[in-house]
Amino acid sequence: MTAPPRPRPRSTEQHPVVAEGLRKTYGDKHALDGLDLTVPRGTVFGLLGPNGAGKTTAVRALSTLIRLDGGRATVGGHDVGRDPRAVRRRIGLTGQHAAVDQILTARQNLEMFGRLFHLGADRARRRAAELLDQFGLAEAADKQPQGFSGGMRRRLDLASSMILAPEVLFLDEPTTGLDPRGRSEVWDAVRGLTEQGTTVVLTTHYLDEADKLSDRIAVIDRGRNVTEDTPAGLKRAIGGDRIEVVAAEPREVPAVRAAVARVAAQGAEPETDAAELRVHAPVADGVAALTAVARRLQDEGVAVADIGLRRPTLDEVFLALTGNRAEQRESTEHLEVTV
Amino acid sequence: MSAVAQTAEREGVGRRLYWAAADCWTIVRRDLTHLVKQPSLIAWQLGFPIVSVLLFVYVFGSAMDVGEGVDYKDYAMPGMFAMTMAFGFMNTAMAVVVDKERGVTDRFRSMPMAPSAVVTGRGVSDVLHAALDLAVLAVIALVVGWRSDGGPLATLWAFALLLLLRFALIWVGVLLGLLARNQESAGNLFAVAFPFGMVSSVFTPPSEMPDWLGAIAMWNPVSATANAVRELYGNPLPSGGSWIEEHSALMAVVWPLALTAVFLPLAVGRFQRLGR
Repeated sequence: MTAPPRPRPRSTEQHPVVAEGLRKTYGDKHALDGLDLTVPRGTVFGLLGPNGAGKTTAVRALSTLIRLDGGRATVGGHDVGRDPRAVRRRIGLTGQHAAVDQILTARQNLEMFGRLFHLGADRARRRAAELLDQFGLAEAADKQPQGFSGGMRRRLDLASSMILAPEVLFLDEPTTGLDPRGRSEVWDAVRGLTEQGTTVVLTTHYLDEADKLSDRIAVIDRGRNVTEDTPAGLKRAIGGDRIEVVAAEPREVPAVRAAVARVAAQGAEPETDAAELRVHAPVADGVAALTAVARRLQDEGVAVADIGLRRPTLDEVFLALTGNRAEQRESTEHLEVTV
Repeated sequence: MSAVAQTAEREGVGRRLYWAAADCWTIVRRDLTHLVKQPSLIAWQLGFPIVSVLLFVYVFGSAMDVGEGVDYKDYAMPGMFAMTMAFGFMNTAMAVVVDKERGVTDRFRSMPMAPSAVVTGRGVSDVLHAALDLAVLAVIALVVGWRSDGGPLATLWAFALLLLLRFALIWVGVLLGLLARNQESAGNLFAVAFPFGMVSSVFTPPSEMPDWLGAIAMWNPVSATANAVRELYGNPLPSGGSWIEEHSALMAVVWPLALTAVFLPLAVGRFQRLGR
């Protein structure tokens, strides 16, 4: 489950971000402790980990904001330590705050950033207008961001990162502090960017965000890789489906437990939550197990309040891998089956 | 990183200088836009000296005795100019900390712009801002009856010395802004700035203070500038006759240059240390 990342082809053509053995130490704290990352072009790559795992440090090092103590990284084919300017021409960065000027209007912000990307006044003006359209800010173009909703401010922030249509966009917790509507606005904007071929590196501690946006997820903890896979692969990795049965009355629990034990995956014991009359266990073949348990309980005349198959959530994956509870629980996916 | 020399920059020195200047100007334009959009910025900043003028000239003025036959407002006005310049470093610190806290500084640093422009842009726009403050303040001073009798050249030189003090303190402001944790802690700088502005010759001659306090006040850079411009304006300049008071014209240049020599490298070093 915690297999080291497989060696993969590392051509910078196909992998705009390649990092090997990144190290960064603050005092005696190892913020990055040998982190490796290989991000395929045109994908959203999620960096998932608890607070203090090194996600932000990794993004700040890859976007040339901090110097590495060890290891090497290329972004857009250029070494972040040796040629930071070349890297800066190829990246966009949206950090944990909406890093826009609150007093300039949205348009003035984008024009200023355009000039600082050396577009020249005319091109900066045209590019600002394009981005305002693209990010749904045309109507608010001449208003100050201090009056915007959180989602709008974030979209302006994203637009500011997209002035040069960067090869790689770093998003460091882009929806922290946003309400659900703001978050979905930002997600839509990010999906739109990948359709245009931008490679996105996303850090988040929201598991549903990593799940919904990422093509691949690297779980990191204490500055090191824990595992890396697709979101579905990560969920599969910790044991696939679980069967879950809720007894109708306390006296039925032992019978339910016996039925569940017969279908539990090899070597697994059912777990019982006595207070909620709930019995659950991992199963190898979910549908077959569900059918078998349902038939057996019906034959024995055992009354059940609920029976279902449950996929592990990324939250559980995360907990299993890092031993840390993520800050936000994802609603459990519940596959209801009528018996 | 020992391989800095291998940096594959195709840009020549001339081109880089051009962009350093162009980027600086873009940042200056941003700050000037702030002034246009928020005239209250100037009002806030001038509020304190204006209230001080009213208080000291009209409320305490009659009780203030700075020498035989001296009109207090002729003494206090140049002091007010110097104090406004001295307190300006708090605006610099606040602007720096706001950009740092909001992530704007990091956005600039992640862009292919000239990194120097973040600091030089701040410096240039703060000097322009200070010149505007001084102009407004001078008009108010003229309205309440203050005059410069020093002639146009001396008067201009006096304003230049005031801006030089402000310029020197920009680097103190940048350094403090980069060191401050957040806006609140930057706001607390007023506790430091207030005595720094007040324990000086701004409102009262140091020779009238207790000896130990008078010595601190005399050597305060704000006093050197205040006394130098009083002399240039031909305003009254009561002196205790000490060396430092007799050489204020010199010290009004030496102090700011010394402050710049110390704090400019510290501020730039701190800015570069953001990459640690």
